[in-house]
Amino acid sequence: MSRRSLWLTLGLLVVSVLLVLAGASVGSTGFSSLQRAWDDPLSRQIVWEIRLPRTLGAWLAGALLGLAGAVAQGLFRNPLADPYLLGSASGASVGVAAALALMGVSPMTQALAARLGLTGAAFVGAVLAVLLTLALAKGVGHTLRLLLAGVVVGVVLGAVSALITLWSPEILQAMQAFMLGSTGFVGWASCGIMAVAWALCLLVAVLLSRVLDGLSLGEATAQSLGLQLPQLRAALVLVLALATGTAVAQTGLIAFVGLAAPHLVRAVVKVRYAALGWLSALMGAVLLCAADVLARWLIAPQELPVGLLTAVLGGGYLLWLMYRGQALGAARNT
Amino acid sequence: MTMKKIAVQASNVSASLAKHPVLHNINAQFAAAQWTSIVGPNGAGKSTLLKVLAGLLPYTGQVHLLGNNLADLPARTRSLQMAWLGQNEGGADDLTAYDVAMLGRLPHQGWLAAPSAADHAAVEQALKMTQAWDWRARALGSLSGGERQRVLLARVLAVQADVLLMDEPLLNLDPPHQTDWLHTVRRLVARGTTVVSVLHEVSLALQADSMLIVAQGRVQHHGACTDALTHRALEAVFDRRIAVHTVGGMQLAMHVTQASESFTVTEMTKIKHAFNAGIPAQRGIED
Repeated sequence: MSRRSLWLTLGLLVVSVLLVLAGASVGSTGFSSLQRAWDDPLSRQIVWEIRLPRTLGAWLAGALLGLAGAVAQGLFRNPLADPYLLGSASGASVGVAAALALMGVSPMTQALAARLGLTGAAFVGAVLAVLLTLALAKGVGHTLRLLLAGVVVGVVLGAVSALITLWSPEILQAMQAFMLGSTGFVGWASCGIMAVAWALCLLVAVLLSRVLDGLSLGEATAQSLGLQLPQLRAALVLVLALATGTAVAQTGLIAFVGLAAPHLVRAVVKVRYAALGWLSALMGAVLLCAADVLARWLIAPQELPVGLLTAVLGGGYLLWLMYRGQALGAARNT
Repeated sequence: MTMKKIAVQASNVSASLAKHPVLHNINAQFAAAQWTSIVGPNGAGKSTLLKVLAGLLPYTGQVHLLGNNLADLPARTRSLQMAWLGQNEGGADDLTAYDVAMLGRLPHQGWLAAPSAADHAAVEQALKMTQAWDWRARALGSLSGGERQRVLLARVLAVQADVLLMDEPLLNLDPPHQTDWLHTVRRLVARGTTVVSVLHEVSLALQADSMLIVAQGRVQHHGACTDALTHRALEAVFDRRIAVHTVGGMQLAMHVTQASESFTVTEMTKIKHAFNAGIPAQRGIED
């Protein structure tokens, strides 16, 4: 790892610690809850049971999305690839919409939906959508076919969840909360699940990073370097599905973090995929954590949906990066 | 006459691209420690043939690499024995030149192992051979077409394979670097490396030891570059729009235009004299 990427890692870790501290101090009862956390059981409960898990949850969900973004962009050899490309986001929406709708149908379906929980429904939906994409693409052998199948599954499942919402208008508000993304429901159990998924995905992604490095020169070159592409690509798709599915299930649809995190890293350092995966995860974590703190602080004691903030901030930054890139390109060409 | 050792052999090889047959019953032998150039008109199937030889495309028939059936070779063994450079390798804009060259060492590395001292030495040597060492820390995306090609050439050289297959290796290279490439190939061949390259610059292709002429997916001729029969086959395959002349011991392909068709014997002699005057500098590449 180069000196620059070490500095970036260190910087992102320091910012992470500061953001977690900020996350523990921001909320409807303000900073005073943190000050009284040692003496007052209620304040302690607010900080320990609500603020800390959701802040750490935001960090972990961001880390999962950032990592998934780096894997997706390497796998599809496309800097615009998004972790939701394989249809996992729309699959999770269908899962949540179906679970919400089932709750109102009969006591039996309500019991089923309650047992699975919205988180479970979202995860099952995301995994089924990815499996559907893989089936339509006839495996992972053909990148373009995989990409197209993902787009088709995304559009069709998006329509299905819209249809379910139309049939059961009472779920509209809950669906909207899911679609906009929120860390409000993240507890310690969710953090545990995300931490395990993140560690697993990061390990596999770093192990397979040389495949992504090789793929950056084209599939034929990667193959000529002795890489067994079909099996390795399948493992990477699995990482992508697990990371995205876990994050979406816990926090809903959070836009732009997965797309923007690897770009932000690349704007600072030029690294191979082992470092890119790790740094993108940290960058995604910092992005989402910062957005979450902002979402809770901007109009406190009320809060904004964090997905809205990431979309506005992430989109704005990417646009700025693009224009800066164009300006630099123009300056270089003259 | 001693039997030449064969590095790569294609027997009755046929291949298709998107269900369209491109290669028909190709039979060819590539001698070890020799440089063979593959030449032919556009769409002849040259790149497809190279990909088939590299084991990157499905084919019928048989390909043997250093005596072993290519289809039976484990991917890693194949990638250690044979390196392939594609035409217009894209992407990798965010990797540094050094990291790109290091990709050539993938077949040598374990899954978890960091690059060894031998890997770093091979990469340094390769980048120096293609004069790309000075900008090893620059991102590939920030390099010009020619600089980028030199990094990609270094990536192939870093493999240190016995057989090098290169598709248009001189793409975007200026004349001095084309000459450097010829020099590098000569050095590699002298060390025992087998080089097979697809080249569209016929005069450069004629610098090879032997030439495989392909048209419409079939081998039209395979012979020494100095052989007059090869020259005639070359002229025929390009509809006699080029003419091959041996000048000062070197082969020169000239475009046949209305002007050159009307060259008088005296004018042709003048051209040969002018060319001969430049030979000592050119000869330097063989020293």
